[in-house]
Amino acid sequence: MKFNKALVSLLLALVMLMTVSSFALADEALKIGVIGPFTGAAAIYGNACRYGAQVAADEINAQGGLQIELLAEDDEHDPEKSVNAYNSVLDKGAQMIDGTTTTTPCIAVGAQANEDRVFMLTPSASSMDVVNGKDNVYQVCFTDPAQGTASAAYINEKALGTKIAIIYNNADAYSTGIYQTFVDEAATLGMEIVSETTFTDETTDFSVQVTAAKDADADLVFLPIYYTPASMILKTAKDMDYAPIFFGVDGMDGILTMEGFDASLAEGVFMLTPFAADADDERTQTFVASYGALTDGEIPNQFAADSYDVIYALYEASVAAGITGDTPYDEACELLIEQFKTLEVSGLTGNMTWSEDGTVTKIPTSVVIHDGAYVAYAD
Amino acid sequence: MVSFLRFFINGISLGSVYAIIALGYTMVYGIAKMLNFAHGDVIMVGAYVSFCAMQYLQLPPALSVLCAMVVCTVLGVIIEGLAYRPLRQAASLAVLITAIGVSYFLQNMALLIWSSNPKVYPSVFSVGAIRLFDGELLITSETLLTIFANIVIMIALTLFTGRTKVGKAMRAVSEDKGAAELMGINVNRTISLTFAIGSALAAIAGVLLCSAYPTLQPTTGSMPGIKAFTAAVFGGIGSIPGAMIGGLLLGVIEILGKAYVSTELGDALVFAVLIIVLLFKPSGLLGKPVHEKV
Repeated sequence: MKFNKALVSLLLALVMLMTVSSFALADEALKIGVIGPFTGAAAIYGNACRYGAQVAADEINAQGGLQIELLAEDDEHDPEKSVNAYNSVLDKGAQMIDGTTTTTPCIAVGAQANEDRVFMLTPSASSMDVVNGKDNVYQVCFTDPAQGTASAAYINEKALGTKIAIIYNNADAYSTGIYQTFVDEAATLGMEIVSETTFTDETTDFSVQVTAAKDADADLVFLPIYYTPASMILKTAKDMDYAPIFFGVDGMDGILTMEGFDASLAEGVFMLTPFAADADDERTQTFVASYGALTDGEIPNQFAADSYDVIYALYEASVAAGITGDTPYDEACELLIEQFKTLEVSGLTGNMTWSEDGTVTKIPTSVVIHDGAYVAYAD
Repeated sequence: MVSFLRFFINGISLGSVYAIIALGYTMVYGIAKMLNFAHGDVIMVGAYVSFCAMQYLQLPPALSVLCAMVVCTVLGVIIEGLAYRPLRQAASLAVLITAIGVSYFLQNMALLIWSSNPKVYPSVFSVGAIRLFDGELLITSETLLTIFANIVIMIALTLFTGRTKVGKAMRAVSEDKGAAELMGINVNRTISLTFAIGSALAAIAGVLLCSAYPTLQPTTGSMPGIKAFTAAVFGGIGSIPGAMIGGLLLGVIEILGKAYVSTELGDALVFAVLIIVLLFKPSGLLGKPVHEKV
């Protein structure tokens, strides 16, 4: 009997040892905080980022090697709640952040993370204020000014229009920022801008702006604005039988999800975006399938793809820098900053490199809306 | 010339929407002598109710308008009873601030119920358009409908306040609440009725506003509400034909200003004209001059 007891205790000890070591194994997973609005008005963006990140993490974990654990926290697109969410994921052991999704919270969290020395890579907060003055905050999306330059270059390269009209919101920093760089680049490239009109958040009637573009014989109207006013402009133009090419930027993303929106109004609308869900390369197809399986068949938008790339960029940089699940966040931060100087990631949204101010360099592509869906533009 | 006509018609189309909102403002102000700043938000509620009736309950458009009118009427009477009636004897500033509070309350309720995601109002009243000058000039059916509704409402309101017994009671209350009460008029009920009519008008205005400019979100009513208030003051607040003329003029000035001066200065021009008119005619275009008796 005594022998049996000894055997049992030995067995128990063995079991304990194994449990401990399996805990230790789980600890080695790289812990990445994912912060964004999962509820509220901007939930469409936050959820896209969360599920996009999940698809990437699942793929990486299936490969074996360094594992990834995501710690997702809702910020409701509110700067204060976002800082709380950030503190909460740090408490849970996050070593770096995928986020935050939206700009205003990202500026607040970025300031805190800069003090704490936590590395942040945002999929979608596009303002320059997100990265300005912070050596530890990086972007996967284009900055607002870069969108204007890229749009002008794209329109010029593909010869989409010769006479260009611009309608922008002069009460909005996002819109005027893109407008300014667009005009500068257009001047450099010698493009002809025939009409520039403005509106504000309070504007209900867009007939003057659209008429001005029509009377100037513009064959392309550039809309560096959000989708709500854009939907009104499209309707006004249709009422006037005016059918130029409309060219939007990332603020246009979402126009097809407006409740009650007549998708035929948006037929042929161009949009500068790094991702088209119907692209026929294998990686995009796999991503769309995995994302659909995770979300009841939803089609991922560019935010999901950007967040997917965030996880891959963080993973590849961590592997290269030798960061493991045990590296403290401040140490990981300095290592990642060093890595991002030379890092090259080939992601869903293109081949990316980063400059030291935190902005990304990648080649913009564009989609065109056809039958209520985004289609890659082939000229 | 054609392009001037086109801008002019766009102005009329925008102005007719302002006018129909201004009618509600002026009606409530004329009788209850209070500025109901929540009027714009009742419009928004009306638009949402008719949107939901059509989109979720699949009701025909006319029935959805009726639905919106009923909901808004009830809402107007409740607002009046809960928020304004207890302040009947209070300073007019207190009532004004309460009205602003009600406005924010309605906007935030709408935010809770319908979220801030904009909805696109279906173009149910769009039955085509009149095209002149080889299609250069276009008058949409929404514009015609709004102008028609304006005229009908204006005539109906004038007849109602001028010819009916209840209308007479309303005018009596507007002139002197105390004396009206002594004559056996139920002041509270009369004012409630005014709010009921004003809110039913708001529902119609909401449907017409969103038919012409189809984006619907919780702040949809606020800017048109303020412009319409300006229109009511412009035309002479309290005057029913004044509201309509003020609304139309405001719309035309806004569009022509944007078209011929600058899109950035359109709104500034509207208010500059308002200031000039008020300098010369302080009670508005058709307003009755008030003589202070000592």
